[in-house]
Amino acid sequence: MNTSAPQPPFAVQVEDLVKTYAQSEALKSISFNVAHNELFGIIGPDGGGKTTLFRILTSLMLPTSGNALTYGYDVQKDYKEIRKIIGYMPGQFSLYQDLTVEENLQFFARIFGASISENYELIAEIYDHIKPFKDRRAGDLSGGMKQKLALSCALIHYPKILFLDEPTTGIDAVSRMELWSMLKSLKKKGVTIIVSTPYMDEALLCDRILLMQEGSILDSNTPKGIINNFQKQIVAIETHNNKESIKGLRRLPYLDSVHTFGYEIHATSTETIDTPQLKNDLEKMGYQDINVRNIEPTIEDCFMDLMQNNESHG
Amino acid sequence: MRKVFGAFVVKEIKHILRDVQTLIILIGMPIVLVILFGFAVKNEVNDAKIAIIDMAKDDLSLELTHQLSASNYFILSELPGSTNQIENIFRKGDAKMAIVFEPDFANKFYKDKKASMQLIADASDPNTANILLNYAQAIIRNFQNEKNKNAHVPYLINMETKMLYNPTLKSVVYFVPGIMTIILMLISAMMTSITIAKEKEKGTMEILLASPLNPSLIVIGKVAPYIILALFNAATIIALGIWIFDMPLVGSFGLLTGEILLFILASLSLGVFISTISQTQQVAMMISLMGLLLPSILLSGFIFPLESMPKVLQAIANIIPAKWFIQILRGIMVKGVGIDFLWKQTIVLAGMTLFFIAVSIKKFKIRLE
Amino acid sequence: MDKPVIYSNDLTKNFGSFCAVNKICFEIKKGEIFGFLGANGAGKTTGIKMLTGLLTPSSGEARVAGFDVFTESEKIKKNIGYMSQKFSLYNDLTVNENIRFYAGVYGLSKKEIKIKKKELIAKLGLEDVQDTLAKELPLGWKQKLAFSIAIIHQPKVVFLDEPTGGVDPITRRQFWEMIFDASAAGITVLVTTHYMDEAEYCDRISIMVDGKIVALGTPKELKNQYNEEDMNSIFVKLARG
Repeated sequence: MNTSAPQPPFAVQVEDLVKTYAQSEALKSISFNVAHNELFGIIGPDGGGKTTLFRILTSLMLPTSGNALTYGYDVQKDYKEIRKIIGYMPGQFSLYQDLTVEENLQFFARIFGASISENYELIAEIYDHIKPFKDRRAGDLSGGMKQKLALSCALIHYPKILFLDEPTTGIDAVSRMELWSMLKSLKKKGVTIIVSTPYMDEALLCDRILLMQEGSILDSNTPKGIINNFQKQIVAIETHNNKESIKGLRRLPYLDSVHTFGYEIHATSTETIDTPQLKNDLEKMGYQDINVRNIEPTIEDCFMDLMQNNESHG
Repeated sequence: MRKVFGAFVVKEIKHILRDVQTLIILIGMPIVLVILFGFAVKNEVNDAKIAIIDMAKDDLSLELTHQLSASNYFILSELPGSTNQIENIFRKGDAKMAIVFEPDFANKFYKDKKASMQLIADASDPNTANILLNYAQAIIRNFQNEKNKNAHVPYLINMETKMLYNPTLKSVVYFVPGIMTIILMLISAMMTSITIAKEKEKGTMEILLASPLNPSLIVIGKVAPYIILALFNAATIIALGIWIFDMPLVGSFGLLTGEILLFILASLSLGVFISTISQTQQVAMMISLMGLLLPSILLSGFIFPLESMPKVLQAIANIIPAKWFIQILRGIMVKGVGIDFLWKQTIVLAGMTLFFIAVSIKKFKIRLE
Repeated sequence: MDKPVIYSNDLTKNFGSFCAVNKICFEIKKGEIFGFLGANGAGKTTGIKMLTGLLTPSSGEARVAGFDVFTESEKIKKNIGYMSQKFSLYNDLTVNENIRFYAGVYGLSKKEIKIKKKELIAKLGLEDVQDTLAKELPLGWKQKLAFSIAIIHQPKVVFLDEPTGGVDPITRRQFWEMIFDASAAGITVLVTTHYMDEAEYCDRISIMVDGKIVALGTPKELKNQYNEEDMNSIFVKLARG
């Protein structure tokens, strides 16, 4: 690798990327760029094409058509160069379960021609969490600790771009918080991070995000930008019996969508929602303790709205 | 690069050592097989009950009877009277074989230079019958040769023998090459195909591929420790054969080691090839068992003689590495021949190895699909 | 008052010297949706295994659908449904075959299976994919189908282990509305999830830390008790210890 080579314009550049399998279309001509040192989130449910996209960008799979450059290298031709500068953590836990924590780290350091000590500074914050268990076999770690070990192994050669495929899936809320704070500090050390997640609330922690659904990009922007682009009026409603009042709300003709949302119900409309009238209508239906307030949409509201638009067009 | 390779081998050795169950099976299996085959075959021959019907009762017939008895393979019992009692004793299971001397045996031997004997075996157990016949024939033939040493015109006992080699009549030389072949195949081909398929199944192959590692290094690093394990097993089998079953080792030890290494390489290349076409450990195991191990047992001449098979099967046997390796092993261990007699088999094995290495390199994927 | 459908008193499970579940106590009413929360390794899975009759507890007592977990695990299995994120449907069987298989396992007669299958397929709108292999369905559809199958025999209790992991936000909500319907029909639901907004949908929740239940109550009660705005903050506060 020629280290004096100038930095390419983008960390990742994707143009009209298509991937079809025998039965299905996993990626339907998507285009986007990721800037250097960005914490870039790919948000969407399982089966949306996130893993396929990661595998193409890491040179593990060939696209059916279109172009993709990872750090300026073509994913098809320059796969050898790509594999030197990326760190990759697949969705499935992919370390050796019968090796200990330390042996796993040692092994991955050596296959990249690195040593633990020279890059320890990068992983110190993460590895310190699991260091007390360094002689334990990886298979005996809890979900959160496994992810931390896998992350350490993916970072041990100080990659320029880190790809994390659903690192927070199946792990608890506390471990998820810890993982995101680690990503924040990795970003400060200059690593470009591309991370996928099905948890919509994690979108706010990214610099920019891509909302993906069934192989298509629903939207791509900063989290703030996506929320600002939300065109509809949205209100949050709470009654003494949310489960029942959903059914009532769905009968109101001036509401577009009605979804449960934690302890509240979110309702949207393309027109201005007259909150006193809404409250009135609910009272008429016999619900009590009604509370209606205007709110800012969350990323999840935006996603659901974009999803519904996408479905009605497709 | 050498450091990376080292890391790989160390990791692989740890995998092997930590899967204690599999390791015990792999190390224990050759021992169990050799001892099982050894004693199973030996016992039948040692305890065989033979009935002697001596209608001559002269010096020569007594001398030959004595020789048969001294061989330790048979327990003889004298059966007075005629041959029509044979069926009776076979039915009762009192004897597995009957040996009949014709009247006037010595006279006919010395004067007519030609005497006759009858060997009648209980063929309800054809395998044992065959072995017993062969053993008795060999002893009688030996006896005849002894007598002929000082004779100008050869004396003949009307008999045929198929025991061309293996004059000591030890069954060990038949099963040791077979077991060695099967075990080496199992470890080198099946275990390596499984261990590579395991990396695919567990998803670790995905990380290895996404690293700057050269794919061929991944494969070589993974299979290297199995060479050691296979050699260890080969040594165990030979040692057991020699020390417990008095197996002869006539030929060159150096040549034997070289040929064993060649066969291990051939099996490894087959294992790697199987791993390139299987995505899961289960598939790798089924292909190894059905596609490799079974033909190696059935069509290699280990258990069933190839000569008595239909032409089609004989032709198929030619593409089975085990066939050639068993010929090589029998050649070196029993006949004591050198490379001048075994070059053909060696070239075939080497060719197969190169072929499968080439195909594996071509088929090994640098990507996931 | 009705007897609780799930009753646990000091239920404990030790693995050697390690106490995976430490004296958990709760009562769950008929038709209640009970959120069973906790960090990875807190003991949720072990707890569920004991309540579904798959694992014999070390001590304590528990009854599920009226049956003792120590002595009547076979009867428990007949009266519950179970579904998880990892194991839901057979991928290599079609939608129809999956329904037929599970309905058969739960002892429905041929006639009942036929009627139920028709009902279920119509309700989920799966008419066009009846003969499609389960693996080809989108995850959300699969989970909704799996849930319907888990309650096809109208069990008294259904256990749902992270049923919505990775499912898109709209389908996730449809899934929860199916849970609401089942609960309205009198089926008791015990559910685990990592989505904290889903904890709000439960009638009551328990939070486990290191094998013990450290919080138990309605979402509102817990928010008052811990003076937090949402479940996520409570969860993090408790799990961090």
